[in-house]
Amino acid sequence: MLEARGLVAGYGRAQILFDVALEIRAGEVVALLGRNGAGKSTTLKALMGLLPLRAGEVRFGAERIDRLPAYRIARLGLGYVPEDRRIFTDLTVIENLEVGRQPPRAGAPAWTPARLYELFPNLARMQTRLGGRMSGGEQQMLTIARTLMGNPAALLLDEPSEGLAPVIVEQMARTIRDLKREGLAILLSEQNVHFADAVADRAYLIEQGHIRGAGALAEVRERYQSL
Amino acid sequence: MSYDSFVIQFLNGLAGASSLFMVAAGLSLIFGVTRIINFAHGSLYMLGMYIAVACAGKIGFWWAVPVAALAVAAVGALVEMLLLRRIYAAPELLQLLATFALVLVAKDYALWQWGSEDILGPRAPGLAGAVAIGKAAFPEYDLFLIGFGPLMLLALWLVLTRTRWGTLVRAATQDREMAAALGVNQKWLFTGVFALGAFLAGLGGALQIPREPATLLIDLSVVSDAFVVVVVGGLGSIGGAFVAALLIAQIKSFCIGLGFSQVTLVAEFIVMALVLVLRPWGLLGRVPAQARGPWTAERPLVPPSRPALAALGAVAATLLALPLVSGGYTLVLLTEILLFALFAVSLHFIMGPAGLHSFGHAAYFGLGAYAAGIFLLREKLPMELALALAPLVAGLGALVFGWFCVRLSGIYLAMLTLAFAQIAWSVVFQWDALTGGSNGIVGVWPAPWLASKTAYYLLTLVVCAAAIAFLWRALYSPFGYALRAARDSPLRADAIGMDTRRLQWAGFALAGLFAGIAGALYAFSKGSISPETMAVTRSVDGLVMVLLGGIQTLTGPLWGAALFTWLQDTVARNVDYWRAVIGAVILFLVLAFPQGVTGFVGERLRARDA
Ligand SMILES: Nc1ncnc2c1ncn2[C@@H]1O[C@H](COP(=O)(O)OP(=O)(O)OP(=O)(O)O)[C@@H](O)[C@H]1O
Ligand SMILES: [Mg+2]
Repeated sequence: MLEARGLVAGYGRAQILFDVALEIRAGEVVALLGRNGAGKSTTLKALMGLLPLRAGEVRFGAERIDRLPAYRIARLGLGYVPEDRRIFTDLTVIENLEVGRQPPRAGAPAWTPARLYELFPNLARMQTRLGGRMSGGEQQMLTIARTLMGNPAALLLDEPSEGLAPVIVEQMARTIRDLKREGLAILLSEQNVHFADAVADRAYLIEQGHIRGAGALAEVRERYQSL
Repeated sequence: MSYDSFVIQFLNGLAGASSLFMVAAGLSLIFGVTRIINFAHGSLYMLGMYIAVACAGKIGFWWAVPVAALAVAAVGALVEMLLLRRIYAAPELLQLLATFALVLVAKDYALWQWGSEDILGPRAPGLAGAVAIGKAAFPEYDLFLIGFGPLMLLALWLVLTRTRWGTLVRAATQDREMAAALGVNQKWLFTGVFALGAFLAGLGGALQIPREPATLLIDLSVVSDAFVVVVVGGLGSIGGAFVAALLIAQIKSFCIGLGFSQVTLVAEFIVMALVLVLRPWGLLGRVPAQARGPWTAERPLVPPSRPALAALGAVAATLLALPLVSGGYTLVLLTEILLFALFAVSLHFIMGPAGLHSFGHAAYFGLGAYAAGIFLLREKLPMELALALAPLVAGLGALVFGWFCVRLSGIYLAMLTLAFAQIAWSVVFQWDALTGGSNGIVGVWPAPWLASKTAYYLLTLVVCAAAIAFLWRALYSPFGYALRAARDSPLRADAIGMDTRRLQWAGFALAGLFAGIAGALYAFSKGSISPETMAVTRSVDGLVMVLLGGIQTLTGPLWGAALFTWLQDTVARNVDYWRAVIGAVILFLVLAFPQGVTGFVGERLRARDA
């Protein structure tokens, strides 16, 4: 479904990613494990077209997306949820959802605000609240809901459990399993092994911009923890 | 003031606010989404006026207004697609420069199409009469305008909050990149916003024609009024633009109504200053969010190497020996180049190393020039003394204006410096008794021993070389390093106990002083001074010189000044529509070398060495 090979990217003169390769198949949840600064977020941004690639190739479905602008990639059905949430704080919840809205697409679950409120009951109670007046956990829900409004076939989730209370993390894990059941493919960047354990089928290990391991979660986890 | 005339002035103010609001709202919207300050917004207003006047004869006033507004919107969309789209990633200053080039092109287009005479517009059919207010009469049309402004505010508000397009605009205003990651195509959003902003400017201009003749001078005066409104109201706030437009228009109206039209600008200045001191981001503005973008750092300013110094020395020696072999016109042109080189270096001093992007540096150049003339002719001081004292006046002006300016940064700072320069220009323009008004001052000639072209050239060479050397030395003194530290990490500089504001204030005043030296030299070289000396275009000339040379180079301003002065001289002597040509050259340079010419050559050299 999503396949990347030989990604090279960085900021300014600094190179951050070195020959990164990974693949996600339909209906799979894959974790990208790595410590702070390993290059997880950079990988997701590079896949999403938010960071120009210096080399490498990305395929999404039948399309090459490595030279496309971010909005085209989003319209092809790849959703992106940033780590710092980036809620539009001046917009209400419902307006935030509206920004993400795209026409339904064949082969991917179709979302409406009503369906999203079922998935995230908290949001239903604050539809007209400004994004800037929400708690961190609520914002995290909203940022995922907003991306789902684009009816993506695959999702790039950047550390969805970061900075959330244990109860909310639990809820987040359930949500991700729900999304998987809907048929979404998910690439999840994580530092939190327990969270990855709870949701992922497979994992990659990234370290200083290199992919250092891939395979079943248990194996990769062992290497990660021995770092 | 009687009650009736009070009411009339108040209503006048309300009527004036409507057009002002439309222009400022358009400027604000465009900035919000594209992060570009559209210098050409006043030119769009001017086009709206001219097109409406031109059409009104054929299709009638009420049709001419929407036609003009739509035509201007189309122009705006074209400009966005053909020009701005290519430079969204370029540094902010170059974007401003590009929009300024558009000002030049638009002005010459209007001159070519409609001539240099002001053109009176028609009355508005159906609203040509007046209503009685007490004993006074008030035009019906102005009553219509009073209602139209709030109506536009309402319409804009509805578009922005009740339509999907408006929601996307607001989202992109806050975080463009995130909006793109959600599938929002920014290209068309930007084009749409630009067209809407242009529409508002064109509409504002078209609606003004029953009240004011269409004139070529309106562009910069409208855009600087709009800057004041936007700064006072808060950048990006439509409501703020409305409130500020009311405030500014009332001030204008009452100053004129009470017979103090000369103090209008001073009053505006005081209000703006008060607002900025009390609420630095404007009445309804908010502290701007940290811009998201790719990581960049200023390239360090390397001290000149030995060979480079030797080369500069050789250039200076050649210039010194030049009068032996050449004379006349060459020396006059070189004199001009030298003093503009000093002007550009002084501007570079605050722009590059201090990071204060001034769009009104000509104010200090002009203050120096006028002070020199006034000292010489009104105070009857000897020429040498006048030349020595004049820069102090410029420095003093920079000290006063700078106190406000260093409180702001980025685009706010640029607009404030521009507004100050415009105010200084208007004071000079209006204060007939002291400055000779639009005629300026004539007979500002140097002392007899400097009267020959050669002697004056040598004086200019020595003074400018010494001044430039002084400024460059200052850059590598602790003061210069501290300025750069304050630019690169203001918080850290504050934390280690540096008073960054005071530092920048000192830098600003110093740069003003040196611009004043250049200005005083200029006055004596020309023998006359006119308000043109300190017009906005001169500030922009300085920017073009600095940016042409490349802002992060030390000697760039010298080459930029030489190239630009020579080009302007050559073009202006040989071409009628020289502004348009200069504008086109600037556009070409911005599109071709977004890093400046020396920057470009430098990159090439480095690439070759590597
Ligand atoms: N905007 C930026 N400009 C410059 N360097 C950056 C930028 N963003 C990240 N980096 C650098 O790139 C490297 C990888 O960062 P990245 O954000 O991808 O790490 P990460 O694995 O997501 O870490 P974390 O778990 O802390 O989110 C780091 O060394 C970081 O300092
Ligand atoms: Mg990260």
